[in-house]
Amino acid sequence: MESMNLPSILTPDLGLFFWMALAFIIVLLILSKFGFPVIVKMIDERQKFINDSLMNAREANEKLASIQAEGEKILRNAREEQAKILKDAMATRDAIVKDAQQKAIAEGEKLLEEAKAQILVEKENALRDIRSQVADLSIRVAEQLIMEQLKDDYKQENYINKILDKVEVK
Amino acid sequence: MKYKLLRYCLVIIASFLAFPINGLASSSKLDVKEIVLGHLGDAYEWHFFATENTEGVIHLPCIVRDEETHEWKCFLSSKIHEAHKEGLPDYEGFYFNEEKNGKIYQHLSDGTSVRPIDLSITKDVSQILLASFILLAIFLSMARWYKKHDTTKEAPGGFVGMMEALLEYLINDLVKGSIGEKHYRPFVPYLLTVFFFILVSNLLGLIPGGANVTGNINITFFLAFCTMLTINLSGNKEYWKEIFWPDVPILLKAYPLPIMPVIEMFGIISKPFALMVRLFANMMAGHAIILSFISIIFITCSLGSWMSSVVGGGMTILSFLMIIFMNMLECLVAFVQAYVFTLLSAVFIGLSHPAHEH
Repeated sequence: MESMNLPSILTPDLGLFFWMALAFIIVLLILSKFGFPVIVKMIDERQKFINDSLMNAREANEKLASIQAEGEKILRNAREEQAKILKDAMATRDAIVKDAQQKAIAEGEKLLEEAKAQILVEKENALRDIRSQVADLSIRVAEQLIMEQLKDDYKQENYINKILDKVEVK
Repeated sequence: MKYKLLRYCLVIIASFLAFPINGLASSSKLDVKEIVLGHLGDAYEWHFFATENTEGVIHLPCIVRDEETHEWKCFLSSKIHEAHKEGLPDYEGFYFNEEKNGKIYQHLSDGTSVRPIDLSITKDVSQILLASFILLAIFLSMARWYKKHDTTKEAPGGFVGMMEALLEYLINDLVKGSIGEKHYRPFVPYLLTVFFFILVSNLLGLIPGGANVTGNINITFFLAFCTMLTINLSGNKEYWKEIFWPDVPILLKAYPLPIMPVIEMFGIISKPFALMVRLFANMMAGHAIILSFISIIFITCSLGSWMSSVVGGGMTILSFLMIIFMNMLECLVAFVQAYVFTLLSAVFIGLSHPAHEH
């Protein structure tokens, strides 16, 4: 080695090696204690944060989509319900109207009949009344007539004779 | 318009480079190999430029152990230069041995010279320390940002944001992808430190005046050695079983020769060896190519004839363009090599955690 006389860049050199080793090891120790772990940790944390955020965003999107779907479903159900309720209401209305009409008709007929019956009764009563009055009147008239005719005894006798004749003839 | 401006710039730069150097360089013969290796190698001072009167140089401290008294000595490298200028052979026995790449040697009292234990803060060492400070500054300030803020509420912007994107990419794609979801956590600090250490060193080396740290075998050896330790110390039972008692006929693994274990043992060494050589060769070659292109300017200008201005000017423009291209390429290579070293380390660590196959 001594005789070869290599260029200085190829010659082993204790001093250079020593300083290189010392400087490198000190730098390595300091940086591996205070330098890189802090940086790496922070970069990892941010990476994790970004990943989490992305995942959250995706989940939120999915949730939003499901909520939208749910909303649409609810809307559709509501529309169906509405249609059904309307249909029911219409049917109920029709039924009520029809019922009312029938009832009204029946009621009318019943009233009419009652009225007719009443009228009949009233008529008969009136007739009976009239008849009895007519009888009364005729009796009274007859009474008056007879009274008038039979004012003197002669006439009374005459009349009675006449009647007796009639009865005897018979 | 743009191209015109660029062309003017190139001509101006070329003439600047070509003419003064023409006179300067022709006086002395250029040794390109010396220049390139000199610039690639380590030094006891940080040399930026030199003119006739001034020298842009930072002298760095030398820390050596006296081989006779076993005492540690600390002095600026300029002391030796001054002693040399005054005509003395050495400074307190220490001198730069030009035959041994200009390293510090010591004259002993018995007339022989030896290499003392040398822990000097050289150019490479100072750049390593600079890179270390940059790493600490970047990541501790980043960590402080994260401590002060709630990361689930706000994201960092600016530099911290850029670094976070890079870290996230490295951790998720490189570390997690190579080692696996289950075991990767404990290796993150090591692999990231290696990556950024190499990256910052590479980029600092590309700045003009920067030292070639990752293109030095000592550095890549250390990094590869760390990776080897990491691989083998973290290897699980399955990993060692595959080395010593693989699922092959007994003829291959025990009798007459334990061929497979030997091959596997070789693999333990060759994996980090490949890492070491790859990083070293790539960074060294990149610097060497850039330096060579720069040297071309000086060579063509030192031809010493009337042609030198014309040819030198042309070659200067060409070299200049190539240097720009190579520098851009090296910026890419700086990243790619840091990435490859870390990726392969991670892959090898991942391989030392094999899942139970049966």
